[in-house]
Order: sequence, then C-alpha cells, then structure tokens
Amino acid sequence: MSALTPDRRTRAEHLVALYPEKRSALIPICHIAQEQEGHLTDELMIEVAELVGVTPAEVQGTVSFYDMLRIEPVGKYVVSVCTNIACLLAGGEEMLEHVEKTTGTRRGGTSSDGMFTVEEAECLADCDVVPCVQINNRFVRTTTPETFDALAARLRSGETVTDIPTSGIVSRVERSVGLVADPEVVAQERSALRASDQKATS
Amino acid sequence: MSQLTAPKIVTSRIGFDDSFTLDRFLATGGYEGLRKALTMSPSEVCAQVDAASLLGRGGAGFPAGRKWSMLRKNDVSYLVINGDESEPATFKDHLLIERDPHQLIEGVLIAAYALQVNQAFIFIRGEFALGLERLQSALNDAYAYGAVGTKILNSSFSIDLVVHPGAGAYICGEETSLLESLEGKRGFPRIKPPFFPAAIGLYGEPTVVNNVETMSNLPWIISNGGDAFAALGETPSTGTRLFALAGHVRNPGVYELEMVKNTFRDLIFDPALGGGIPSGGRVKAFIPGGVSAPWFYEEDLDTPLGQGQVADKGSMLGSGSVVVMDDSTCMVRAAWRITRFFSRESCGQCTPCREGSGWLERILYRLEHGEGRVEDLDLLLDLCDNIAPGLSWPPQQTTICVLGPSIPSSIHSAISHFRDEFLAHVKEGGCSYA
Amino acid sequence: MPEQPESSTTVSITIDGREVVAKKGEMVIAAAENAGTYIPRFCYHPRMKPVGVCRMCLVEVDSGRGPTLQPACFIEATDQMTVVTDSEKVKKAQDGVLEFLLANHPLDCPVCDKGGECPLQDQTLAHGPGETRFIEEKRHFEKPIALSELVLLDRERCIQCSRCTRFAEEVAGEALIDFLGRGDQVEVAMFPDEPFSSYFSGNTVQICPVGALTATPYRFAARPWDLEQVETTCTGCAVGCRVAVQSSSGRLTRLLGVDADPVNHSWMCDKGRFGFEAVNGVDDGNEELALTDPTRRLTEPMVRKNGTLVPVSWSEALSAVASQLKDAKEKDPQSVGAIGGAQLTNEGAFTWTSLIKGIVGSDSVDAQLGDGLDAQLVLALPRATIDEAANACTVILLSGDLREELPVLFLRLRHSAVEAKNSLIDLGPRTSALSAVAKVRLPARPGEAPLVARALAGDVAAVTQLKGHREGHTFGDEDLASAQHLLGEDGSGVVVVIGRTSVAEDAAFVESAARILHQRYPNAKFLPALRRGNVMGALEMGMAPGILPGETSLAQPGAALRSWWPLVPGIQGKTALEQLAAFGDGSQEVLLLLGADPLADVADGALVERALRSSGSLVCVSGHGGAILERADVVLPAAVVHERAGTTTNIEGRVSRLGQKMVAPGLAWSDWMIAAELAAALGAQWEFTAVGDVTDQIAAVVQGFSGISSNALAQPATRDGVVLGSTAAPTTAGLLDPMATPGMVSAEEFGLGSYAGIVRGEEQAQAPTSGAGAPSLTTSLSSGENVISPALDNYSLRIVGTHTLYDNGANIVGSPSLSALRKVAVAMVNPYDLDRLGLATGDKAKLRSGRATIILPVEADAGVLRGTVVLNANVTVHGAERRENPLASLVDSSLPVNDVVLESL
Ligand SMILES: Cc1cc2nc3c(=O)[nH]c(=O)nc-3n(C[C@H](O)[C@H](O)[C@H](O)COP(=O)(O)O)c2cc1C
Ligand code: SF4
Ligand code: FES
Repeated sequence: MSALTPDRRTRAEHLVALYPEKRSALIPICHIAQEQEGHLTDELMIEVAELVGVTPAEVQGTVSFYDMLRIEPVGKYVVSVCTNIACLLAGGEEMLEHVEKTTGTRRGGTSSDGMFTVEEAECLADCDVVPCVQINNRFVRTTTPETFDALAARLRSGETVTDIPTSGIVSRVERSVGLVADPEVVAQERSALRASDQKATS
Repeated sequence: MSQLTAPKIVTSRIGFDDSFTLDRFLATGGYEGLRKALTMSPSEVCAQVDAASLLGRGGAGFPAGRKWSMLRKNDVSYLVINGDESEPATFKDHLLIERDPHQLIEGVLIAAYALQVNQAFIFIRGEFALGLERLQSALNDAYAYGAVGTKILNSSFSIDLVVHPGAGAYICGEETSLLESLEGKRGFPRIKPPFFPAAIGLYGEPTVVNNVETMSNLPWIISNGGDAFAALGETPSTGTRLFALAGHVRNPGVYELEMVKNTFRDLIFDPALGGGIPSGGRVKAFIPGGVSAPWFYEEDLDTPLGQGQVADKGSMLGSGSVVVMDDSTCMVRAAWRITRFFSRESCGQCTPCREGSGWLERILYRLEHGEGRVEDLDLLLDLCDNIAPGLSWPPQQTTICVLGPSIPSSIHSAISHFRDEFLAHVKEGGCSYA
Repeated sequence: MPEQPESSTTVSITIDGREVVAKKGEMVIAAAENAGTYIPRFCYHPRMKPVGVCRMCLVEVDSGRGPTLQPACFIEATDQMTVVTDSEKVKKAQDGVLEFLLANHPLDCPVCDKGGECPLQDQTLAHGPGETRFIEEKRHFEKPIALSELVLLDRERCIQCSRCTRFAEEVAGEALIDFLGRGDQVEVAMFPDEPFSSYFSGNTVQICPVGALTATPYRFAARPWDLEQVETTCTGCAVGCRVAVQSSSGRLTRLLGVDADPVNHSWMCDKGRFGFEAVNGVDDGNEELALTDPTRRLTEPMVRKNGTLVPVSWSEALSAVASQLKDAKEKDPQSVGAIGGAQLTNEGAFTWTSLIKGIVGSDSVDAQLGDGLDAQLVLALPRATIDEAANACTVILLSGDLREELPVLFLRLRHSAVEAKNSLIDLGPRTSALSAVAKVRLPARPGEAPLVARALAGDVAAVTQLKGHREGHTFGDEDLASAQHLLGEDGSGVVVVIGRTSVAEDAAFVESAARILHQRYPNAKFLPALRRGNVMGALEMGMAPGILPGETSLAQPGAALRSWWPLVPGIQGKTALEQLAAFGDGSQEVLLLLGADPLADVADGALVERALRSSGSLVCVSGHGGAILERADVVLPAAVVHERAGTTTNIEGRVSRLGQKMVAPGLAWSDWMIAAELAAALGAQWEFTAVGDVTDQIAAVVQGFSGISSNALAQPATRDGVVLGSTAAPTTAGLLDPMATPGMVSAEEFGLGSYAGIVRGEEQAQAPTSGAGAPSLTTSLSSGENVISPALDNYSLRIVGTHTLYDNGANIVGSPSLSALRKVAVAMVNPYDLDRLGLATGDKAKLRSGRATIILPVEADAGVLRGTVVLNANVTVHGAERRENPLASLVDSSLPVNDVVLESL
C-alpha cells in the first residue's frame, strides 16, 4: 500500500526518472509528499526511502537538515517572518511579535485551531519589501501589522487566497516533459563535434 | 557623480508586466543569443566569454571563462546553476528568476553548448515558490518551443534541463554543498581538495557551477560580443552588476549599475538609486557584499563598486548586497543577529564552525541583554581567531568551507569600530537603542 | 642519473624538521604516525574514508605556497612537503578545537564508561585549558536512548565525528543510523521503530572516541584502569578475527577488535564481541542451574550411575572412558568414533586425533557435522587467503549468506565490491547480503550447483537442462555471458568462496561444482567458507575420515608422524552422519562428542533421535550444559575460549595464537590435557607439560606446520599469525591506531603464561615460513562423480537450509544479551508461490515432508527463488522449546535434496 496518493506516486516516479541517480529526487519527492499532510509522516518517509533506494533513517536524516521539510505537523498556514539583518533594521522582530499575537501562538508553535504555524525565518531574499513575511512560501508583502492582520482575518474566515496554496506546496507547475535528449544521440553529436574540432585545430 | 548611462544587460525586460512569458521574451530579442551561439563553435563561444572577462556573480567573483576552461574532459559532465540565493540581504537572483526566467534558461543553454554539457540543473532556493513556478512554466514553454531538448533550435546539439527545488538551508549556496543536496543528501560541503567541482563534481563527474546572474549575462555577451561587455566597467570588473540595496535607505531595491564607475555613495545617496537615509541620519556602517563580508563605514563611501577596489579596502563585493545601517542602529544587536544566522545555518560538520558559532551567538546575546562582562570582548575575538586565525581578510580558515571564517567578519568589525558601544552595554546592563 | 625504483611509491616529506619517507598517496596523519609523530584526531579512522570534519588534526602544511593550516587526515603527503605539528599556531588551532568540543560536552567523566580511555579526556588533560571560558548553558538531551538492544547513545556526549554513522553506511552497508538536524543541534538517530540492529553494531561502540555510544553488556561493568587484557583470536566463527579480550575482577568484560591487516581490519561481529557472556556463565551462585541449561558451565567430571549423572573425580571419569577405548582398541577399533573438534584448539585437535586415530586406531573422527564439505576436497583445492579474495578481480560466491556465517569475511568482500576492486558472481540459491553489490547473480537452486558450474564452464547442455526446470531459468543468457567474461580464460585472479549453500541438500552438489570449476578454471583459488571456529585447524589435524594430520591420506602418513604414532588406521572411518547412524543401530559402541551437540548442529533430527535412543556409550567433552547431557554417560568438563592458550587456524589456513585470559571454572581442563591423560592411560608416552609442548610437537611432526613453533609464533612479526603453505614471511601492520582500539596501548600485550619457559633450543627467534604440504589429497579433485537431483514435482517446494548468525548456538544462548536477539523459525517463500497457495506473510502453514509435518508461520521474501522454501537451521518456533528444530524435523539427510508440500491450515 502506497502512503502517497496515486497521482503523487506517479509524479514521484516521474521525478526519479529525471535524474542520473535516484537519490537526487529525494528532496523534490519530499516536497510532493509534504503536500499531502503538511509534514512528512513516518509512512511517507518510508515510501520516499523505497522510491529513491535509501534507508528510512537516511531520508529522515536528510529531511531533518532542511528547514522546509517537516517531520512534525504544522498548521494550515505556515507564517514565516524574517528577522535577519535587513528586516531587523525595518522592525522584523517587532513584526514577528505582532504575528505571534495575531495568530495566538509563539514562534515554533501552531495555533490551537490548527490555522497558523509561526516561524522566525532567516533572510527570505525579498529585502526591499520589509519586514518580509511569507505564508506557505509565498511572499505576501504585508509589511505593516494592519496589512498582516487583514490577510490573517481573510484566511481565518476560510477565504481561499489563490496566491497562498496549502502548506507544503512548493510549485503548482508540473514539468510537462520527461528527459528528451537520448544519450545515444548525444554521444553521436559529441563524437561528430570532436571530429570537427580536431579538423579545425589540425 | 553617478554613471547611469550603461545599457541594462540583465534587467532590460524587468519593466514589462509579462516579462516572464515566452511571448514577451521572443518579442524582445529572446533566444537570439542562443541562436547565434549555435552557429559558432563551442570554443568560439568560450572565447567570447573569456573576452568579456565575466566574473562570477555568486560571491567569490571567479572569472567564468577560467572556470570553464578547467572542466575536465569527460564523456559525462554537468552544468549546475546556483539559484540558492540565501546570503542575507541578497535578492538579485530572486528578481531574475521570477521576472526573466527565459533569459536565465537562454544563458544556461549557451553555457551548456559552450561546455558541451548535455544535462544541466538549475537549483532554486525552495522558498522561491513563485520563482519555481515561473521558471518551470518557462522551461516547459522552452521545451515546446524547441529551445531545450533534442537538437535544439534545429542545431546538432541536445540538452536536458531540470529545475531542482532546494529545501531551506543557506549552506546549500556553497557550491559543493549544493551538489550534495542535489544528490539528495544533507547539504554538507565537500572537503577540498579537489578545489573545484570542475575536476570532481556532481556524481563524481566534472561539473561547472555558476550563479544565476552570471548565466543571465550570457545572452547579451553573445549577441553583443565579449568585447562590448569588457568595454563596460574596468578590467577585471567588467560589465554591469546587480546591487541589492537594503537597510536604512529610502529606496531599497535591485539596481543594475556599470561596475567601478559608481561608488557606494552613489548607490546609497543618488535620488535615482538609494535616495539616501530616510531618517536623515548618517551612515554608521554598511555591509558591502553580504553578511560574510567585513563592514565598511562612512569613510569608505567613496569606494568604487569594483571587485578589486573593495578587496583593497579589506572586504569583498561578494554577492552584491549592500546593507546600510544608520546611526540609530545598535551594533551589538546587528552583530548578534548576523552571528545567530551563521549559528543556525552552520551545517554542523566542522567543530570550530558548529560549536564556535553557537558559543559566539550566546555571548553576544548576553551582551545585548545586559549580562555581558568586559572580558567577553576579548573572549569573542579570541574565539573568532580560533575560527579564522589572524582575523585577516581574506580569512585563513580552520574549517572545510568559508562559512566558518565568515562568522568573525561582523563580530570583528563591530568590536574594532564600536568597542565603546559594547562596553556601554556591559556598564549599563543592556542596550540603550531599543 | 638512473631512476630510483622506489621514487614512484614513496615521497620525502619533512615533519617538524625531520626528513621522513612516506608512501605516495598516504595521508599526512598516517605518514607522521609512522614516523613517530602522533597528530591528535577524532574523526579520522584508518579503515574508513577520511572526512576531515572534527578539525582536531590541523597542522601547518607547506606544499610550496607557504604554510597553511590543513587537516592532516585529508592531505596527501606529496614530495618535498613540509609539515609542522608543534608550532604555536598549530597549538592554538588544536586547543581551540578542543575547547569548542568541550563547550557542549557534559562533564560526567566520573560516571562515563569511557572515562580513563577517552581521547577527549586525555587530550584535555594534556593540552586543554585549565578552566572553562564557557559559562552558558550546555546542550541538553534526554540521557541514553537505545539505538538497538546492544547499543546505547548518550547524545550529550557526542562530538559529531560521524565515525559511527560512517561505519554503518560505509563499512557495514546498513545506514540505519544517520545524523539528525543541523549545526550544533546535530544528533545521531535511528528511524522510529527501525533500530540499529546490525550484526556489526558493536564496532561503533569501539570506534566512538568519546562515551556517546556504549554497549549494554559492558555498561558500568568496569573502569578501564582495572582491566587486564590479552590478545587472542576470536573463534566465534572461522574467520578468526584478531581481538583483545579484557577482564576485570575475575570476569570477562569486553572484547575489542585488533587491527590485523590480513584479517579483520579491526572489525568484529556482535556475536564474537558479546559472546563472552557465555564464558562468564549466568550462574548467580544461589541456585544451581540444570545440567541441560546451556548457560550452565560444567565444572566437574561426571559419570552416569543408576541413571543419573553424578560428580566424580577426574581419574574415575578418565578411567571409565579409557577402559572403553582400551577394549575397542583390542577388539574393534571401528566401534569408537568422535564427532566434533571445531571448538578445539589446534593442540586439542591434534591430541584427540592422535588418541583416536594413532592410538586406538579408529579413523572415525569428523569435525564437521554433516553441514560441511568433504575434507579431502577442501584441503586439496588451491587455497586463497582472505586478502586474495578481497583483492581478486572476480569472486564467485558458492556459499551460504556470508553475513550470517562468516560476518567479517562479508565485510571484507563487501568493501572490495563497493570500492569496485572486485566483481562478485553470486551463485547462492537465495539473495544474500552480498547480492546487492554483486555484478552478476546466477542463482543455483538446491541440487543445481553442478549444472550452473557446468554452464559457467561453457556446457550448453547444462543450460538447456536448467531451462527445463518447472519454474524455468533463474538467469538470462547475458548474465551467463557476463559471468564467463569475468572469469577470463583460465580463472587467473578468480577466487571461489566455497561453502554449503544449503544444509538440506547433499554436500556432493557443491563439491561437484567445485571440481567442475577447478577443472575448467585451473588457476582459480578457493576460500573455504566453513563456519565453525577452528574447523580448518581440525581438518589440518586430520579430524575427518580418510585423512591424517598435515593434509595427507591414510595411505601416505608423513614419516615424522609415522614415527610418533604407534599405528595408522587401515580402514577409512565414518563421517559424523554415518557415526550417528552406526551408533543408533549399535554397530558403533562409543561416541565421543568433542564440543559438538548433534541436537543443535545436525540437520537431520530423526537420525539424531535414533542415535540417542541407542544403548552405546556417549561421552561428552564440553564446557557448557545442554540437552544432550540428558543422554550422556560420561561428562568431561572442558575449558572454553578465553580460558585456554594454544593456536587456532582460520578459513585461509592462518595459524594464530589464542590467549588465555581466564582460568577455567572448577575442575575443567583444557581440551588437549583430557586427550593426553586418556592417551597416557592407554600407555602413550607423551611428554606434554604445557600447551606449547603440543604446539611444538605439531611443528615437529605435521607436514606444513614445520617452523610454526610456539616460540616462532610469539615473535612480534607473527602477531597476526602465519598462513600455512605461504612462502612469504609474515608481516604485521604497523602501529595500532589508539583511537581504533582504545585502551589497547597501555595494557599488557600478550598473556600467554603457559608459553613461558618452553623455548626450544633449535627454533630460534626467526619468523617461520611454513612449507607447502605434500599434495597427497589431489586425487579428490578429479573424482567428480555426477550427482543428480530428482526433478521437482508440481506441488512441492524444495528446501534451502540456511544459517542465521543468531541461532540457538551455544555462544548465543549462553549470552543473555545475544540470546534475546535469536531469530525464530519461519518459512520464507517467494511472494509468487505464497500467492499461489493463498497465503500471506504471518499466516501459519503446514509443511509436510517424508519425515514430518510441522506448522510454521510463512513470510513472503522476494529473495527466495520460486519453487523453493528457505528455512534456517537451529532455530525454534516462537515460544517453543529450544530442542524443537523445524528444519531438522523435516530433513532426511540420506536424500540428495529435500522437498516439502506447503499448505494452508
Ligand atoms: C556559505 C556560502 C554560501 C553561498 N551562497 C551562494 C548563493 O546563494 N548563490 C550563489 O550563486 N553562490 C553562493 N556561494 C558561492 C558559490 O559557492 C559559488 O562560488 C558560486 O555559485 C559560483 O558561481 P559564480 O562563479 O557564477 O559566481 C556561496 C558560497 C558560500 C561559501
Ligand atoms: S565551515 Fe561550517 S558550514 Fe562550512 S562545512 Fe564547516 S561546519 Fe559546515
Ligand atoms: S579532521 Fe582530521 S581527524 Fe578529524
């Protein structure tokens, strides 16, 4: 029994096919697996391990290195507030405290209604619209307490904001083709080119 | 006086709302550079890049042409694009990825052709969700258009390109860590030697790693010729460069400026650029090239924006991120926050970096929160010295990668220039800026 | 100028002003160590790839561009390199690293197992700062968590050197532990519910440079400074790993792998490492354990009187046995036989063979228990060493799962395969731990090994025959072609690892396959994969029917032996299975069990039961209790491993020393002494006063052992032993890495008290090189009779009888820590067959053979071939009595192969 939904399983298999070595697909597949429940359950990690040919301990070890991959459950909306240098200078720390108040949870925690998880982020590379806030990895550009509260209220009321998909979704755009450059064709091209290069140099 | 006459090499399409679409791209000369490159021999393309003297835009500033020439000849080799952009206050690649993904793809294809690499990967920081979507859409369109895949644009060159999402770890910007991550592992930087992935890289094969901005320059260089590029700026800092300006300035943002011809003062104060300090205060310190770089101060404002010029003054242009701190800024707090960043982002392999960063951060935290001791200042410097012996620039290192020796930069800068401020924290039992 | 030949392999470097020669490509840390300069380190382990992460080994290196700080463990020595290890700059960098490491390290040294032998502690003492400058709160973790039943992790003590995780992944190939987290939050972790249950887990404890990893059997057992230690050879299996055994307060406490370059590279398996508990015994002194309890140590001779075994004096017990032997010698020597011997020392094996063959005159001695291979063939095949196998171009695996049977041989072969040093061709009937790294798999079903060998030899008819099997071919034509390609013209550079692929089929199949491969590929060498401790030593000492000590046949006794033995048996004796049958039907009157337990070790339960119902005299020479004692007439208590000195011989024929650490309990004697006393009772004039005398006698009279005297073996150069038949002078690897074998530098190196004072005049201190034995057994190489296996019917599955490391063997059952890990019996079946039978994993099924019908749970296993069922030997069904042995119940050892019908209940 697959822990991944059938369509995600298919997407995962397509990903494996894009890389010369299976293990390279580990992180992209984890992103897909994470869409399912917002975090990586043991069952999902076991399945990822099987898909890329490593042990579950290695998947867990790898996953735990990366901030975006989660082993613990998260809320529907993960709010990341940057407090790194550019944001710090623009009141990022104060913004984070405000977000904690609005969502009713401390950094690192999830609100009791399961709506929000709040995180203190390192620089998110949007340093001209500060302090920088992301929700589910989308730049929401709410730089004032008021704009953030307005957005939080909309989310809390159940409104779906198209720019903010479910937590865990990194890209809504699928790759439309597999690999197309046939290694044999490539090898032929290569030798043809080498021959012409040799001619040119001699 | 600012010199703002240079052409826009990588930001020419940014003004269009639909700058990221294939239609707009094709309507504005897109894929012409690639077409031209495909009519040339690979070595001619390399020669143009050499002539342009294009310096890497990822941080280390290594000439792209030289790096390419080191690629070990092999049946299989890879090209990997570094779009991890996580150096604090650096946000130029973010712009290029979201707003002109086709330009990036075109640059990658030109490089791949020049290097005769048939599989390339674009590693994009995972937090760039929109960027990943735009880039993947663009790539799908490019495949459909025939610019990627088998016999691209009816040439005799085939290549596959994969967009690979990262998952949140600053260290994966370091090129060998990036390769480990791309192999599906923890982002542990690889120990050197080999010093360049050009010898042993992805899957142990020869690999070139280049930055997003570096790649985005290639279409223009091929279309206009390497010499035209080299005519801008001043050797060895040629062409234009993106500067990500942040902090206490009126107009933070990304500016494409001709290298060397402008100074930090121009960038920060020109009304067409940074527009000066909003509070009307003074520049207390600024970081010239990402938080790994030693700080500059008011007296350094007239330094030209050139790699060598900044190096001569003991810092680096690095990733092109400039952070301005005005006189309302607490230097202890700034140093603490930057150190905390390194502590959170240290991969954890090397003892000095792993343990040192955490220890330094905790001392700085104590100082900022009124629990500091006078002897902590020397302790901080001595611990820094144990990570980067001699505290010189460029640093000596006791670690595998240069994240380690980057840690002392801000601490050393802050203590050397603002010792009194640290002592005041000790004496007054806390921070008077808050 | 003429080119200097050595310049290509050596470079000249300067270390602290001294010019030294280093091997090309060698890391500076090793080069310096060889030159006597020890560079501190934590993450570097000489047997694993360097990673250079702890940064403790920073030294100043100048390769021509000015000195910079570099990790000595990751910089190759290059010509004209200058290395400075003692400058102020180096000292500051190293002290800095040490201080950083201590920042988060708890100060619980007084209660830490590692205290006293901890490199972190030692270096802090030697160079560390007197006072800590770290006043903040340290990192905290919950105290020890169990990574497995045997290994505990104290995360606060971990210094992130990654030795354990690298060992698991790189050496054992079982990445069941990995780092979790990033930066200073990094900890070692396993996946939930997937413990680090590796047969090699104990190695991580040995190589952990601090006290982060501890082993449950050793935890709080001793303080390092109380430990006494001797070096010895592990006889847990026939690999013969060199180890150090330690004791404290009269009990064994710990074993550590010693870095023997030709053998174990410092590694051990957990069975060898923790099996010492069985030597200690679990007797708590309050209540005596039953004689049938395998954890009980035997301390007094016993004789059965009025139906019960009662303690008697040695002389009474010995005269009881001696009179039976004397009777037999006079009436019919063939009425006496001995089974076992692989648990003996070489000296024990030699004295027992001499007693039974040379004095009583019976040739019925067999160290193997129906699960081995024809001794004459094994001894006659050109033998490979472990190193030769590890460095061969191609290795053919025609054996059971080496990880289960000869664990450290598995490590060595896996390492070479992963490093692409050799290509493996796997002929095993089920996938083994090595299959994953094998180049080609040509599985031979039970009875098919000769066909597969013929196919490899180019016989097209054999291929056709294989294709005719009910389930078709197990491999494709391309696989066969690529295997043939790997074997080359004449098998040069090929090593065949040969053992029993199944104990439920006739050994003749594998033997025939070996002959076919030898004939077709005459330059191929063979490494015997026989499992039991000193089985090779026993065979070398003639403990098999038809052979005499020194690899000769009954017809060709060596002159020296002939002059020492009063007689040589004239008639070929019986094998172990034949002896059991003869004992059962009364034609053999005396059966001596030399440390063997047929109830556990023989895969034909009915045969054993019948034998035990006989009225003949059963004499057990054993160190431990066991069910077999219910039937014994005389019990002679013997010293076990670590309680006796002498020598042992491993699979490659390496003779090495056994160290004695403990005194055997009660009145137990060394094995050779028992035989010697019996011989004396039969009138022999042996002048053995110490075990070294026996060693020397072997050297004097056994072909191939000449020069391997006790004195010669005591030389430093023979620390790793001497390979029989090898003409190369033995060498030993240089310095032990003190980080790899903690504590070992300070302790006494050898404790062979019993060797003292027996230096023989003529054999001076030179290292021996043993001469090759006379090739008198080579006839067995050609006598390749054609064994045929009957076709498999449509309803049955053919049994593959395999071994598991954690079976009901004495070492396992006697060691509480290992006993809990024993495998239970299940029938492993290919998922396709299971499906066909309407069964699923976990279901119970009926297995019916000509011998018995038993009920076992089934398990789907894709590594099992269709049409076969895999059963482990010597395991019991969950919760059942230990004597129950499902495989043995089903198997009839007189059949060439054994089939069962499997049905749902
Ligand atoms: C800690 C660390 C972080 C880095 N982060 C980035 C990054 O985010 N993006 C980038 O392009 N280069 C980064 N670099 C530099 C890369 O290692 C590498 O030099 C660069 O990608 C090469 O591309 P270029 O030659 O085109 O500049 C980083 C280096 C270090 C040591
Ligand atoms: S310096 Fe820091 S980030 Fe770089 S490899 Fe070492 S521990 Fe990792
Ligand atoms: S870095 Fe060399 S021993 Fe750890």
